[in-house]
Amino acid sequence: MKYIDEFRDPEKAQRLLHLIHKRSTHPVRLMEFCGGHTHAIFKFGLRQLLPCTVTLLSGPGCPVCVTASSDLDRAIAMAHLPGVIVATFGDMMRVPGSNGTLQDAKAQGADVRMVYSSLDALSIARANPDRPLIFLAIGFETTAPTVAAAILQAQEEDVDNFFILSLHKLTPPATKAILDAGEVNLSGIIGPGHVTTVIGADSWNFLPNDYGIPCAIAGFEPLDILWAIYALVDMIEAHTPAVSNRYARSVRPEGNRRAQELMDQVFQIGPAEWRGLGVVPSSGLLLREQYRAFDAALHFPVQISPSQEPAGCRCGEVLRGVTEPPQCPLFARVCTPEHPIGPCMVSSEGACAAYMQYSEA
Amino acid sequence: MAKEVLLAHGSGGKLTHDLIRNVFLKHFRSPLLAMRDDAAVWRHSSSTEVQWALTTDSYVIQPIFFPGGDIGKLAICGTVNDLAMVGAQPLYLTASFILEEGLPLSDLEQIVASMARTADEAGVEIITGDTKVVDRGNADQIFINTAGVGIVPKGVHISGANAQPGDVVILSGPIGLHGLAVMSQREGLRFSFPLHSDCAPLNSLVAAMLQADMRIHCLRDPTRGGLATTLNELAAQSQVGIEIEEARVPIPESVHAACELLGIDAFYAANEGKLVAIVAPEAESAILAAMRRHPHGRETVTIGHVTAAHPGKVILHTTLGAHRILDMLAGAQLPRIC
Ligand code: SF4
Repeated sequence: MKYIDEFRDPEKAQRLLHLIHKRSTHPVRLMEFCGGHTHAIFKFGLRQLLPCTVTLLSGPGCPVCVTASSDLDRAIAMAHLPGVIVATFGDMMRVPGSNGTLQDAKAQGADVRMVYSSLDALSIARANPDRPLIFLAIGFETTAPTVAAAILQAQEEDVDNFFILSLHKLTPPATKAILDAGEVNLSGIIGPGHVTTVIGADSWNFLPNDYGIPCAIAGFEPLDILWAIYALVDMIEAHTPAVSNRYARSVRPEGNRRAQELMDQVFQIGPAEWRGLGVVPSSGLLLREQYRAFDAALHFPVQISPSQEPAGCRCGEVLRGVTEPPQCPLFARVCTPEHPIGPCMVSSEGACAAYMQYSEA
Repeated sequence: MAKEVLLAHGSGGKLTHDLIRNVFLKHFRSPLLAMRDDAAVWRHSSSTEVQWALTTDSYVIQPIFFPGGDIGKLAICGTVNDLAMVGAQPLYLTASFILEEGLPLSDLEQIVASMARTADEAGVEIITGDTKVVDRGNADQIFINTAGVGIVPKGVHISGANAQPGDVVILSGPIGLHGLAVMSQREGLRFSFPLHSDCAPLNSLVAAMLQADMRIHCLRDPTRGGLATTLNELAAQSQVGIEIEEARVPIPESVHAACELLGIDAFYAANEGKLVAIVAPEAESAILAAMRRHPHGRETVTIGHVTAAHPGKVILHTTLGAHRILDMLAGAQLPRIC
């Protein structure tokens, strides 16, 4: 058995670290968009090993975290409708809405089920033909094609009790929103590996072209991330911003056309509300006219009172890279993985959870 | 505490420990229970040398058949291993079944046959049992409870509370196989390489270890919650610190690939045929040699040591030369979304 693959080779990592230390002369601030990267960075202890000139900031790339409180409240209200089954990814169950979590709703008798994929949700719908099943479709460009596929399959099989609440979000518009807000002074972006596998490295060309900052697409192994950091430092030092694909074993310039077509067939682009960023134009996916039969928002209108963010929680700022989790007064004192106050502590991709789980000794 | 029981209370992590402390230990006041080892060990009367060990466990797994095993094999291995982890020689088991109306009889028979085979392999006898059937929807196909009784050989004193500074930490082989095999099956993932549960009875491995050297202080099988949780339990129970070298912990490529796909950390993935041993430094080489000669311990390695510093904490020295706390998980490990 092979235990440590080539992307974890400690010697190569040391050499890369050495290169980064040598190349980096000016302070740089790099944002990793993706929550998966945040976790990998903490898990491997990368922050400790980088020169003090390189600061890493966590971004909004946690699908559970960026789901707006109002959308969660709507989902909880739908779960309380008679006969309805709500299916969702596990982390979503524990996120506090204005009045409790989906898990609380479940404990109170609502039928909320944890699934691992949209296809799992479709099987639940098939097994319960007399009851509407609403799948909370959260996620970025990585999950949207699989949900599109589930909808097409439901259509083909005439499953008429399968609905989705489309809360999908698109990553490039969110990155633009953060840069346009100008709150964080970023010198480079570590581009999300899985998302870019779908949308293609070319989707990030606007970063060097419109904002003059480089982007390096990274995978999730230590060497992938270190390569991306080196590429960014190098481009910043040389004043040659570009998109550098450091995850070429998975990412192509044009992305995965089949997945893009699936998404495009079922969804159209529209505004979306993000926790922390508010409503960002052209950053969400709405069901196209001909797939409205699957739209839970249309078929299960619910009234909710104005939503409230968890008191004292600074997830919004954390997601924008403005606040580091330990700066939140609730961090580790009141808000812990066992008793999370905000979604960034719940989700396995959230920055607060990463800080807690993998704290430095 | 939450007002209702949450699924995460059953994940083996911090919430499970809270539940045990705040509900069960609050009302069940036995000092034997309070030891919190995998099995309770007691002497029937002060006049006898014989020490008994007793344990029980319930098995609720989906899917009930998975690569490398099934719920029946698991129900035998789990209980046999709980006895083995206090150094006991398992003798007799009970088996109780809660069956959901509609479970195919052929499935039940396959499971029971697998239990019989595994019991044979472990050298234990199933001597009593019970069956209940519940309405469709009131159970998930089949739940099994087994209890087991065994005898602890004279001179054996193994407990999670016995680790001492200077001891070495030994792991009997690669981690994550069971957890990832089950999770991959559940998610319908197929890999180009085999990913089989490591589910196996460990009593004969433990017997071989004890024969090589009795100076085994702690034994534990890193099941639910994985290696990280087990190490944390031992550090807390013994009030010592533990230091682990990440590079020494064997993670098979198949587990690694599945972890990558699912966004799971192998340190928290369940194992059903591995053990962690904390032994006196003088006993290390004899025990390592004995383990490597045994079919369930061929890939045994030393992964770290016990220290007096930072009691209750496990520190991981990462492959890249950084270090961080290796904590327990708060809830269940869930596949990533993105
Ligand atoms: S520590 Fe908790 S309360 Fe503070 S920002 Fe993070 S999730 Fe919100």
